[in-house]
Amino acid sequence: MAEAALATRPGAARATAPLLKVEGLEAWYGESHVLHGMSFDVRQGEVITLLGRNGAGKTTTMKSIIGIMGKRTGSIVFDGTETIKMPSRLIAKLGVAFVPEERGIFSSLSVIENLMLPPQIKPGGLSLDQIYDLFPNLKERSGSQGTKLSGGEQQMLSIARILRTGAKFLLLDEPTEGLAPVIIQQIGATIQRLKNDGFTIILVEQNFRFAQTVADRHYVVEQGRIIDMIPNEEMDASVDKLHRYLGV
Amino acid sequence: MTMIFGVPTAALFGQLLLGLINGSFYAMLSLGLAVIFGLLNIINFTHGAQYMMGAFASWMLLNYLGIGYWPALILAPLIVGATGIILERLLISRLYNLDHLYGLLLTFGVGLIIQGLFRNQYGVSGLPYGIPSQLTGGQNLGFMFMPNYRGWVVVASLIVCLATWFIIEKTRLGAYLRAATENPTLVQAFGINVPLMITLTYGAGVALAAFAGVLAAPIYSVNPNMGADLIIVVFAVVVIGGMGSILGSIITGFALGLVEGLTKVFYPEASSTVIFVIMVLVLLVKPAGLFGRTA
Ligand SMILES: Nc1ncnc2c1ncn2[C@@H]1O[C@H](COP(=O)(O)OP(=O)(O)OP(=O)(O)O)[C@@H](O)[C@H]1O
Ligand SMILES: [Mg+2]
Repeated sequence: MAEAALATRPGAARATAPLLKVEGLEAWYGESHVLHGMSFDVRQGEVITLLGRNGAGKTTTMKSIIGIMGKRTGSIVFDGTETIKMPSRLIAKLGVAFVPEERGIFSSLSVIENLMLPPQIKPGGLSLDQIYDLFPNLKERSGSQGTKLSGGEQQMLSIARILRTGAKFLLLDEPTEGLAPVIIQQIGATIQRLKNDGFTIILVEQNFRFAQTVADRHYVVEQGRIIDMIPNEEMDASVDKLHRYLGV
Repeated sequence: MTMIFGVPTAALFGQLLLGLINGSFYAMLSLGLAVIFGLLNIINFTHGAQYMMGAFASWMLLNYLGIGYWPALILAPLIVGATGIILERLLISRLYNLDHLYGLLLTFGVGLIIQGLFRNQYGVSGLPYGIPSQLTGGQNLGFMFMPNYRGWVVVASLIVCLATWFIIEKTRLGAYLRAATENPTLVQAFGINVPLMITLTYGAGVALAAFAGVLAAPIYSVNPNMGADLIIVVFAVVVIGGMGSILGSIITGFALGLVEGLTKVFYPEASSTVIFVIMVLVLLVKPAGLFGRTA
């Protein structure tokens, strides 16, 4: 009720409109129909997670948002712009940046070349010095071939390179997958810091204990649909339900 | 007369120079093929025809417009490169989702059509194109006589090859190219216009072939078949060097030109086949080519 009252005030509707609104999203790999009407939204400055079993459609949802799924229908409105028919390079220019599950480090590029590859989209990106402060390893290894880095360093590089671009909406696909606890902590601290700086983040996570330390809300994905939304405060009370959803 | 290994030195160095000149053309042409293959994944069988078009463009600039060699060295690659861009936009770009074979057949067919058109118009006897006045004559190097124009061809080709290598391996634009070769989807997702890059890369590869054509015009007669004869050898060079390797195609191009020249001195009967024999041997030992990376 309070929300409805707020929304009627001039300007308030705009302030509460989500930064990203996904509605009835469907997506296909060739003939195979993978997303069946995903609907969810993300507000400015929020960190939300997509939780779900292997093959639920989390990665496909991210690929649809950044625009690299061949066939997708429905509606994805980012910052007031409908992007469902846009090529990915234009979506990127709106300020959306993607860290793929497989990290996407280029083997024919050095670490510094990988870092400098994504062009600046908007002002306000991190400077190289700020990035090296966050990830000192990258500075030491800047001349190495990108794929000669360790798994954790590659993950840092993959995140670091999009922080330069000025994009404030990040899609992080399983940034902690396969990493040692110290590195997971470091990535958690980085996400926390980005959140404090006003970034909006969608995080895909298998590890909901980790997700709980950084996120505001959690969407549960099953067979290409959102089947539940759990605010972070209710996570502890929802453990049984989550175990059922995730089969852990 | 001074002799080395039972061969007059003048003859030896003469053939080595000839080999170096042929090597210059092998290097420039296989480099263009490598650049195109790297990003487009298409073996550009129109390359020989585009080299020929470069030579014809300079002939036409001179005979129809009175524009000489030096401006032609810039203009002909731009003009022929532009026709390459049209070809890529109109036809080649439709094939990216299909098997390699389609691109090969298309570019091969387009090459034949272009050669046929030029044959109809200009016949096959060849048109003369003079050496620019600044480069006539030659130098006596003591051990051999070196025509100035041939020296220039080697130097110009080296400069162009090294500049191309530098752009691809050492600049930001080159980093985009290398990245897009590896993972075009992700590069596009960073906001980079990959389709435009592909089109321009094809144009640049074609312009390289045309540049070689302009250099060739004063040496070989300007002839609709000049590319068809050369390109067969160039494909062997590409196979030996490893498809898609930039430095590999430059080194292999020059080296095989020299090997061919040496063969002419010591065993002339094999000079026209030696490159193909090397190709077979390399394929047996390293199927990906000397500088190729196995996928
Ligand atoms: N390239 C592809 N071609 C065909 N089907 C695919 C492809 N990638 C994924 N799929 C299928 O689409 C469905 C959703 O996959 P997706 O990668 O989105 O799952 P996910 O939730 O990210 O899983 P994970 O937790 O394992 O990363 C799965 O059934 C998968 O088999
Ligand atoms: Mg996934």
